Amino acid sequence: MNIFYPVQLLADYFTTSILLIDLSSRLGEVTSYFIYDTIKIFILLFVIIFFVSIIRSYLPPEKIRAILSHKNKYVGNVLASLLGIITPFCSCSAIPLFLGFIQAGVPLGTTFSFLVASPMINEVALVLLLGLFGWKIAFIYIISGLFVAILSGIIIDKLKIEDLVEPFVYQNSINGNINLPIMSSKERINYALDYTKDIIKKVYLYILIGVGIGAYIHGYLPADFLAQYAGADKWYAVPLAVLIGIPLYSNAAGVIPLVSALTEKGVAMGTTLAFMMSVTALSLPEFMILKKVMKIKLILIFASIVGFGIILTGYLFNTIL
Amino acid sequence: MIIQVFGSGCTTCKKFLELTKQAVSILGLGVEVEYIPDIQKIVAMGLMQSPVLVIDGVPVIVGFVSDIEKIQKVIKENIK
Repeated sequence: MNIFYPVQLLADYFTTSILLIDLSSRLGEVTSYFIYDTIKIFILLFVIIFFVSIIRSYLPPEKIRAILSHKNKYVGNVLASLLGIITPFCSCSAIPLFLGFIQAGVPLGTTFSFLVASPMINEVALVLLLGLFGWKIAFIYIISGLFVAILSGIIIDKLKIEDLVEPFVYQNSINGNINLPIMSSKERINYALDYTKDIIKKVYLYILIGVGIGAYIHGYLPADFLAQYAGADKWYAVPLAVLIGIPLYSNAAGVIPLVSALTEKGVAMGTTLAFMMSVTALSLPEFMILKKVMKIKLILIFASIVGFGIILTGYLFNTIL
Repeated sequence: MIIQVFGSGCTTCKKFLELTKQAVSILGLGVEVEYIPDIQKIVAMGLMQSPVLVIDGVPVIVGFVSDIEKIQKVIKENIK
């Protein structure tokens, strides 16, 4: 049973009785689809971001670092990727995280596992995947995202390329133990509510536009229209999707609803997954910022490993789904 | 009393600096808020989030807060 069934009833009611559009017409179908998806996504956004923020209030990056600086390589990569899921990420926090990790003795590869997982598996992307693709695809996304993050970190460790980090980074070392301001449970709830509000404020417009265009595509484009360009048998679709995803980071919230509609019209699932991973994990503004702390060569190595991992994921799921 | 905002120079940090300045002037403390856009200093404090509000050398707010009343409250609690 679909727990969002009442939302569907509400969307249908609103379309027929308030907007007076016939549900069996194409416009009616598109309108009801738009209302349903929007309400569902906002409910999920609120609930999931709130709970992730509560967990996060117990595990700020400073605590995560304390956990990671005591772990050996492989365990560190796995933990860093898992902990990356609950850490918020914006390109302006990339530098303090990178410096803070490295200078407290967290290995370079472990740091990179974290830098891959943190933006790739974020709560907004998760909500949209869950709301628009269902839990199976959301789960596949998380697992393959974790794999890419863990493996990228392990490979970077094996390459022994610490010399490609700007020398000043290693010249400072810090003591990883600090006392953060302590939070009461009321403060945690307030923090989570504030954070949820902030995120929703930031993404709601993109989501509305994305779902709007998605609803239009859903209703007006013929089914399988895109299969001839981006079906599973088109080898170039996956790398192309990854390339297109690189400059789109700031619009992840709008891109996913759009992509969900394109999947309905014949874009293969693996290609879609690869595209979404590229949008979230490979971000041009982040690369520009990372230039302050590492040589361009390291950024290119990092981007190529992650990009390659994402492309493989795309091909894998195009083959098995 | 020294009130400082450490940031990375990003827009969020500047917004937080403005809020802190407003809070200080509402409280009528008559001190300047110092802005230090130096990530290495934040990291050296053991922190990895920006912005950070520091009063007399102690970090009291870590990460962005948009609620000016909360900023006022924290400042009031931490001035001697």
